[in-house]
Amino acid sequence: MRLTRRPPETEEQAKVMNEKIRMTEITISLVLRIGVALSVAIFIVGLVVMFAHHPAYAKLSGSLSFHSLTSPSSQFPHSFSGLWNSLAKGQGRGIIVLGTMVLIITPVLRVAVAIVSFSIEKDPAMTIVTIYVFAVLILSFFLAGA
Amino acid sequence: MTPLDFVISLGLISVAAGMLGSLVGLGGGVVIVPVLTLLFHVDIRLAIGASIVSVIATSSGAAAAYVREKMTNLRAGMFLEVATTTGAVTGAYLTTLLPTRFLFLLFGVVLAYSAVATFQRRRAAAPLSVSSDRIANVLELHGEYFDEAEQKEISYKVTGTKLGLFMMYVAGLVSALLGIGSGALKVPAMDLAMHLPMKVSTATSNFMIGVTAAASAGVYFARGQIDPIISAPVAIGVLIGATVGSKVLGKLKSHVIRLIFVVVLIVISLEMLQKGVF
Repeated sequence: MRLTRRPPETEEQAKVMNEKIRMTEITISLVLRIGVALSVAIFIVGLVVMFAHHPAYAKLSGSLSFHSLTSPSSQFPHSFSGLWNSLAKGQGRGIIVLGTMVLIITPVLRVAVAIVSFSIEKDPAMTIVTIYVFAVLILSFFLAGA
Repeated sequence: MTPLDFVISLGLISVAAGMLGSLVGLGGGVVIVPVLTLLFHVDIRLAIGASIVSVIATSSGAAAAYVREKMTNLRAGMFLEVATTTGAVTGAYLTTLLPTRFLFLLFGVVLAYSAVATFQRRRAAAPLSVSSDRIANVLELHGEYFDEAEQKEISYKVTGTKLGLFMMYVAGLVSALLGIGSGALKVPAMDLAMHLPMKVSTATSNFMIGVTAAASAGVYFARGQIDPIISAPVAIGVLIGATVGSKVLGKLKSHVIRLIFVVVLIVISLEMLQKGVF
């Protein structure tokens, strides 16, 4: 079995190959762009909802310190069940955690897209490489046990 | 300081962190962690969680542009991710076994050495035109990019993939163990060991750090280290900064990028040594 990409034999084949490689680059770039735009939008909604629910937070001066929200005992979702509960209650912090999830998933999706792209390019070695990376990422989420 | 003041000021600082991170291929943790702990007196565990968010944001924000402009070496980056993700997963489960102070001291010294070596390579800037590295040849890891500052297409060959892989494994380990410094080892791995051009090294590091950080993000999330009121302004600010920074990289000369990187590396090294000593 041939492990590496078959080198193009004619000019026509080389052109098709280059177009495929360009497609890979544009698709990966697009996945990253969408992930970034979506997470920013969710973060902004989350912040707005949080400040709307807690008018005391939204003052530019006052006695309320942000430290009550950033101490080790602060309450915020850090498991999937906690996240669903928070979202069901319409809490801003839950929406922000959802945005963080989208942000974390974006690089993982980019790896998944690369698996497809490399197999379309008929490049077994790089396809195996990306499948391995994807598998390790999925494993890491299971090991974390969130 | 009210929560609103905190969100606004942290968001603005994060813009700067994102710009710097996107230029030198680091995640901006070098700015975010000290700002949160020293300036805002936030718990170090939450600061490290924010650093992971900042790394992923820098990576996705900047790589979107770098991949499109062919500044990133996509094949080399994906290949080396094999080592970084493996390192990150092993590292997450070594945390309890190794004394953190020793690790900070060790990597402080390693980074100080990398800074010196990176600085010394400033004259050997010409990219390789031949490579006898078997892995690089078989996987076609060589590449080319258009250098805006030089106004010409630069093609380069890749070498030293085995040493590169080893350094990338260590980079993944460090990222998971200490929560910082993943890009700080990736750029030297590509620049010093594999002889990629400086801009390609930082752009490819940028591309990779998101995946490395994602591999340890699950653990940080489950441990409750990702606090929404910190991560929202950090992510938004960093994403804006990284998008702006990614437009600048091409226009800067390679030796300027190298110098900025060396300075940042020295700062991280000192931060680590300080954490190891006290």
